[in-house]
This record gives sequence, C-alpha cells and structure tokens, in this order.
Amino acid sequence: MAIPQEKPVAARPKQSRRKRPRAWKDKHFRWVPDGQGDWKIEGYFFRHKHKPKKGHSRGPGPKPARQAAAAPTAAPPPAAPSGPAPIPDVRPPSAYQGSFGTAQAVRLLERAGFGPVPGQAEQFASLGLIGAVQSLTRPSGPAQLHGPAPRDDDGNPLAPSDAWGHDHLWWLDRMIRTNQPLVERMALILHDWFATSNGNVSKTQQMIDQSNLFRSRCFGSFLDLFKAVTVDPAMLQWLNGNENRKGSPNENYGREMMELFSLGADRDAYTEDDIREAARALTGWRSDWSSELGAHNFRFELKRHDTGNKTVFGQTGAWGWEDACRLCVEHPLHPSFFVEKLWSYFVPAPPSDEVRDELIATYVGSGRQIRPVLESILISPELFEGPPMVKPPVVQLASMLRALGRPIDTEAWIYICDAAGQQLFWPPNVSGWDDTRWLDTSTMRARWLMVTYALEEIAPDTWNEAYSTTETPEEAVAKAIASWGSPALRDEHRAELLALAARSENLIVASWQKGPYRAMRQNALLQLIGVSPDLILQ
Amino acid sequence: MSPGPQNHSCCSGYTRSQLLRSAAAEAGKGLPAIEPGMPEPAGTGLSRRKFLSRSAGLALAVYGASKIPLSAFETGIAQAAPTDKILISIFFDGGIDSLNVLAPVNDARYQQLRPNLKLAPGAGTAFSEDPSLQWHPAAAALATLHGEGKVSAFPAIGYDHPDQSHFTSRHYYEIGELQVGHRTGWLGRYLDAVGDNENPLQGLSLDGSLSPMIATAEKPVAAIDSVDGYDLWSRVDNPIQSEMFRSFANLGALPADSPAMSQVRRAASQTDKLRQDLDGVGDFSSPVAYPDNRFAHKLAGLAAYIAFGLPMRVVTIRAPGGYDTHADQAGDLEDNLRETCEGILAFQRDLEARGLADRVMIEMWSEFGRRPEENGSLGTDHGAAGCAFVIGSQAKGQMVGEFPGLTKLDPQNNLQATSDFRGMYCSLLEQWLGFDAEAIIPGASGFARPVLVKP
Repeated sequence: MAIPQEKPVAARPKQSRRKRPRAWKDKHFRWVPDGQGDWKIEGYFFRHKHKPKKGHSRGPGPKPARQAAAAPTAAPPPAAPSGPAPIPDVRPPSAYQGSFGTAQAVRLLERAGFGPVPGQAEQFASLGLIGAVQSLTRPSGPAQLHGPAPRDDDGNPLAPSDAWGHDHLWWLDRMIRTNQPLVERMALILHDWFATSNGNVSKTQQMIDQSNLFRSRCFGSFLDLFKAVTVDPAMLQWLNGNENRKGSPNENYGREMMELFSLGADRDAYTEDDIREAARALTGWRSDWSSELGAHNFRFELKRHDTGNKTVFGQTGAWGWEDACRLCVEHPLHPSFFVEKLWSYFVPAPPSDEVRDELIATYVGSGRQIRPVLESILISPELFEGPPMVKPPVVQLASMLRALGRPIDTEAWIYICDAAGQQLFWPPNVSGWDDTRWLDTSTMRARWLMVTYALEEIAPDTWNEAYSTTETPEEAVAKAIASWGSPALRDEHRAELLALAARSENLIVASWQKGPYRAMRQNALLQLIGVSPDLILQ
Repeated sequence: MSPGPQNHSCCSGYTRSQLLRSAAAEAGKGLPAIEPGMPEPAGTGLSRRKFLSRSAGLALAVYGASKIPLSAFETGIAQAAPTDKILISIFFDGGIDSLNVLAPVNDARYQQLRPNLKLAPGAGTAFSEDPSLQWHPAAAALATLHGEGKVSAFPAIGYDHPDQSHFTSRHYYEIGELQVGHRTGWLGRYLDAVGDNENPLQGLSLDGSLSPMIATAEKPVAAIDSVDGYDLWSRVDNPIQSEMFRSFANLGALPADSPAMSQVRRAASQTDKLRQDLDGVGDFSSPVAYPDNRFAHKLAGLAAYIAFGLPMRVVTIRAPGGYDTHADQAGDLEDNLRETCEGILAFQRDLEARGLADRVMIEMWSEFGRRPEENGSLGTDHGAAGCAFVIGSQAKGQMVGEFPGLTKLDPQNNLQATSDFRGMYCSLLEQWLGFDAEAIIPGASGFARPVLVKP
C-alpha cells in the first residue's frame, strides 16, 4: 500500500470550500478475515493525499497466516439467541399482531439500535418478532465490535479521552460497530435521562465511566441504576453532590433526582420541603481536588453527613443517600413516570391509560426492573403501527455510516453533531436533549452538512473522474438509492427524485456536459436522499 | 442543574470547540460570484448587487445562477420599512443571582446571609434610583447605560407562587403564562399575529437552535448558528444545484401525515428559504470596536443585519455562560456578566453610530433569582424573584417595582417579587411593538403596565 506523503495540496478553486483537501482515490486491495479463520481479498478505495505514480503498489501484499477464529468484517446482525432452536414467535395478546417483515425489522432496528447494515433487516425479520426483540434485550456476554477501529483525519487510532471530542467519536464508533445495538441505544437514552455534561466534570474519563455504568445497568433494576448514578463521580460533580454537606446542604441533586430522574415536575409528587429534606439525606459525599487529577478520590464521610431525622414524602427517618433513592423509586407516582418516560424514547405519542397501566403492572410486578418494560414497549403495536419519530442527530449519523459501510475516519463529526444539536457527553442541561425540537433552520443545515460529509467516500468527483455519459434518470435514481443501502423511500419522494433527475438531464446541451452533469446529478440525488424524511425519521 | 457548555470557558477543550465552530462557519462561506446578465429584481429598479451594497456597504453576493427565486428575499426587504421596531431578548440561562447584579451592600441582613458571596460596599457603581443597591463591578457597562437613562431595571421581578424548577419557570417566561405544555412562545404568538408567511427572519434565534420564546404555530421563524454566513454546501454546482434546491424545497412542501413528518417538511422548507435570504450576508464590518468574544461578535453581526435592512422583528440570544451557580459562583458570575454587559454596551454604541438605536429595544431576563442565603459550596441555590432589564435609547430608564429588602422573605426564604414578568411583556407589546397585549398574554387585563418606553 502506498504511504500518503505530506505535501502541499494544490488548491482547487471549484471546491475550495471543502473542509478536507482533495484526494486522488483509486482502488486498492487488502486481506480481510473471511470469517472462517482464513483471509480473503477485499477491494477498497484508498485516498491518496497527492497524485499517485502510475503502477504504484495497490496491494494486497503477502497473505497473512491463518487464524484460529477470525471475526467477520462487516457489522453483523445482533447475536442471535444462542442454541440451535429459534425462539417461537408466540406473542402476548397485547403485542403487535401483524406480520414482522423487513419494514418492521427496519423500524425495530432503527428505534432500538442504529438501523440495519445492508442485508441485516431481512435476516432480522427471519427471527420473528419475539426472537428479534430478545436478541436485542438479552445479549449474551460482552459486546463485540466488528470492522475497522476508529481513526482521526490523519489515520491515527484514537482513544476516548486523548483529545477534545474523541469521546464523541469513540461512542459513535460503538454505535456503528457493536453487536449489541440496544445496549448502546439504552446508554444513549440514559445519558439523556440522567443528563450529565463534561462541562462541569473534570475528566473525560469520568464521563466514559458513567456511560459504561449505563451500559452495564441498562436492563436491570432501576433502583440499582439510580443509586449507582447518584454516587457516580461524574454526577457527583455535575450536580454538586460532592459539595453537599451537613449544615449547609446543596439542593442541586435533591431537586433534579425528583424532578427529572424519578418523579417529574408539575405532578404534585413532591414539595420544596421534600427537596430540602432529601438534600440533607444526600449529604456526606466528597472528593479531593488537584490540578492534575481534577476531582478524585470520591468517598462518603460520616462526619459530613447530616444524621438527623428527615421527612421526605411524609416518611420520617434518619435517611441517607440510599434511602433518598429508595423513597423516590417507592413513591406511588414513580412507576407512571418511569414507564411514560421510557416509552417516550421509542414511541412518539404517549401510551393510552390502558397501555400505561399494563406497563406499570409489568414494572412493579417485576420488582421495578427495566428489561420487562422495555420488552413490552418493543413488541407494542404502537411502535410498529404508529407514526414516525425524528432521529436524534447521532442516531441519524450512526445509521447513515452503517448503511454506507463507513467507519469513523474523521473528526468532522464532532462539530457537525454539535451544530446539529447533539454532542455526546455535552447535553445542553440536566434535562437532556429536547426530543421535540431537533429540527430548525440551524440544525437542519447541520444535518445537510452531515450528509455532505457522509457521502465523501462515495460521491462521484465531477471534474476528476469519468462518469457515465448515458445514464438515464431511472438508472441514476436506482444507483443513488442503492448507494444508501437501499432504504425504503416513500413514493412521493422517489417521484421527486425522478423529476430532479429528468430536469437535470434536460440541462445537458453541450457534449462535454454529458458526464459531469450526470455526476453532479448523482451527487444531488445522494444528497437529497440523505436529508429526506426517509433517512431523518425512524 | 449545572450550566451548559458555553460557560466552560476555562478549559482548552472549549476553545477548541470554538475553533471548530468557526472553521465550520468558514467552510460554510459562499464564494461571491455575480453572473453576467443576472436579471434585476422585480419592482425595485435596482440590480441585486446595487440594491444590497447601497443599503449598508455590505457585500451581499449571490451565487451563480439566475434561477434562484428572488421572491422571498425581495418580499422581506420590501416589508421591512426602516421604522419597524425590533425587540431583542437576551436570556441569562440558569437563574442569575440578582442579589449580586444589583446588590443591597449596606443591608446587614445581606452581609449575614452572604458571608462569602457578598459584594463589598464601594466595589461597584451605586444604583442611582435606590441608594441601597450597588451594581456588580462586572456590570459597569450596564451601569453606564443606566446613567444615560437607557436602562429600566426590575430589581425583583417574578410571579405569584414561584416555581423553582429551571424548566418550569423558564417555560412560564417563554410562553408568557403560568401553564405547562404550551407549544407557542409569547413572541411566537405575536409573530403569528403580525408576521409574514414568507419571511423566516422575522423571528430569529442566534444560538443555533430556536428559542421556544419565538416558537410559532403558523409563521416561519429561523435560527442561525453563526452570523458569518448560512449556506448549504454540497458537491453540486450549477446549473444542477438550483434543480437540487428546487427539489429540496418541493420535498419540504409535500403534505405531512404525522407530526414528525411535518417537522421535517417545515424545517426543510424554512431552511431553503433562509438559504436564499442569507446567501452571502456573512461579510460585515462594524463602526465601533466590540470585545473579542463570540457573544459580542453575534451582536456585531446583528447590528449589521439591522443596518442592512434584514426584515427582523424579534431576535433571541443567550447571554454567554451559565448562571446556575450552585458552586463557586463568584468567578463564573463575574466573567459571564462582564462579557454580557460589555457586549451590550458595544452593540448600543454601534446602533447609535449607525443611527438605528431608536428602532431597537433589548429585554434581558432569567428564569428566577437565587436564594438570598448562600449554600455551603460558595454558591447559591434556586430562588424566586430575580432581575430583568429593558435597554435601549427609547427605554424609559426608570426602575420598575422597588427592591423589597431581605428582612421579609417568602415562605421558602426567597426574595419576593415586586413586579410581574407578564406586566413587562404587556408593556413591551403595547408600548414598543404597538400590539394589543390582550391577544397575546392570557389575562393581560389583570397586569399593571409599567411605562417602559419614552413618551
């Protein structure tokens, strides 16, 4: 493989607004694991930073030694339930009863993950609804990441906390490559639910640790999760739990634990006095500070804890931080808050009273476990038959990169996602992102740019590559859709794309325009598919 | 809660983020190119270039094709009579500590409640309308404008039965009503009443996302992330590019069968309109010097936009930093307050230099004030009544509601309100925007109207 050399890149006036310098792309070949322990040759486009010499080496070089067990290259479908026997698709009466085909599999993968890679939806549909849902909610063992590891613009490997924004790329990469997509999606949901921002947390690694806490506890007991979050170092810094001490309590966490995490505002679930008393119960946590380590050595100190009696929700006792969590979770208005909030991440309209009551019964009956409620939501008719939702920006980006088969290879996603309204680990405030306001003229422009950048590897280069001079409008549209991994497009959208393709062809008058205009037409089609509702909605 | 990313000015990461942002803005800048033979806009008798460069010396350029429909932009320009009033809302996000902005420094109770966070007597300018109060030294720029009679201060604004949740209280201020769950902002309802169907610039948020305050039911409004330009970069040049945007707009105009679909359609449609309206507007110069920060730069751009004649009616901006100062309040508050006030002073001087100051009024607010008694973390918890300011050459410059003092607090030990934010809204609507508040603010007849605008 030719090594790109650092040389000044010739300016190209036509596209001087490109963020990245132009590149010479050609086909190279490399060895990749074939999934059976051997290697096979794969073709890929290599981006040279300067014009390569004719006849330069394009791979693949000598074949590596056989491996005992090689991982497949493309992100595979979520691990199918272990054991040879498929799970029978026996659905409870309240579940969705319609057919579970490709369209339904796509919706499930989009809402409970980050969309399918090409071909995955068909395979997923063959599991049946129950089998498919359980493959998401009951993964076995640690998650595996398949495909090329994330890299920065210079091709260097990156770690989550080695530079600004790499935490964002690190998580985005997990979304793209994991074989346990629901774990990542739940971690994202919990990052929004218990929204903590690196803005008031001294070390990025503490944010990463918190996200791992979400991964490991996303299906279990809500109380266990709540308690772990309450004394998580990132949260202790973010809502000042480490500065809350006997005699001069800090109410920050005491308020948000009720308002945002477990009970909800404006429901008459608690009073200002409850908040103040809970803040007293939460006293005692502290940390040390050094300029090198930031806040560290988080610990509970009895002498900083207010050991007196507190009355929270009418119950009096010498409550501590675990009691504060327990009292919230045992509060009669908590189960309804929990199921409605969890539901809202998967289904846009609130559940009917009947559905909500059933979810509450499931939640309380299971000892306030997350997984049973989650499974009920994921098989609900409302999820499959109800209206669509707007994908959060990172979900749209991860879905697009999965569809395009593109790994993380640029830092541009940091500021583009930020501009689109969602930089991971930097939620706007403790209430998380507002799912009802993802789209306005500013964030829509960022999604447009996201699409422009996502297409970087596959977009035809109008002026430097030969393009078909005979491609018809129908062929152009079919090609563009296939490049996006063949998503289902609405008829009226496909019709508009065809109209665009035909209008563009009418503009060709000189013979030199035949190829370049068709290349631009292809780029226009690719761009519009990316910003169409078909890709923005889930 | 804690403040959002903007306040994190101490870490190198934030600086990097800003650089990346400005890189994005650079990347989004258009290449000016005027096509030969470009038609003159209908009705103006001027070519686009002449028309635009005449208005303010701004080099507004339009990309390539003559096929970009001019209608939206021209309609907007035509509508914006130069005498139209503009209201700018500046939001202190997180609940600013009003007792440090206008501090009762000589009050013994204040010194007792604020052993660490009190301001020292004499540290800042005395507040001439109430000698018991003193401006925070970082608010010196605001004190200067107050001295010129251009600031009406509300030292204790709020509402009955104050809610201490950021989100609930902020929502009240945004919608102009003590309710939850409403979808339109008080200024959005005003725009719905007087606005235009084709002009998204009439309600403009400069923070990258739309302020709920200007959320409308019907009329288009806009948000931009940078005053340095707005375009949609792609790998498509003209003539195919105009066809692409035509289809983009067509997709936005299709009927929607769900709320989410309607959101995408609406966003696409407004994005395309704004792209046409702001194409090339990114280059501007200022007649006065501004501080070197992002907030001031936004205000500089905004002043240029006003001078340029962009048809804006209401504009929203977040003040720099976060004000939810539960811990280590003093330094954060000082830095952020200074940046805000100095930016506003430069903006006012800019408008005065351009002869536009009589068209612009600023309303500066926060969702609540903070607890008079400081907490144990060198910070303050959520309180009730807070401060607000109405600023402009046409502002009456007279305090609204007295400072209630700290001896009689509310049952939660918070400051009691002596003015209601809905009264301020009613006055701004009626006296500044010339619109009947009854149609916008529920129960408007029940609120006293302070005089906020010079007769």
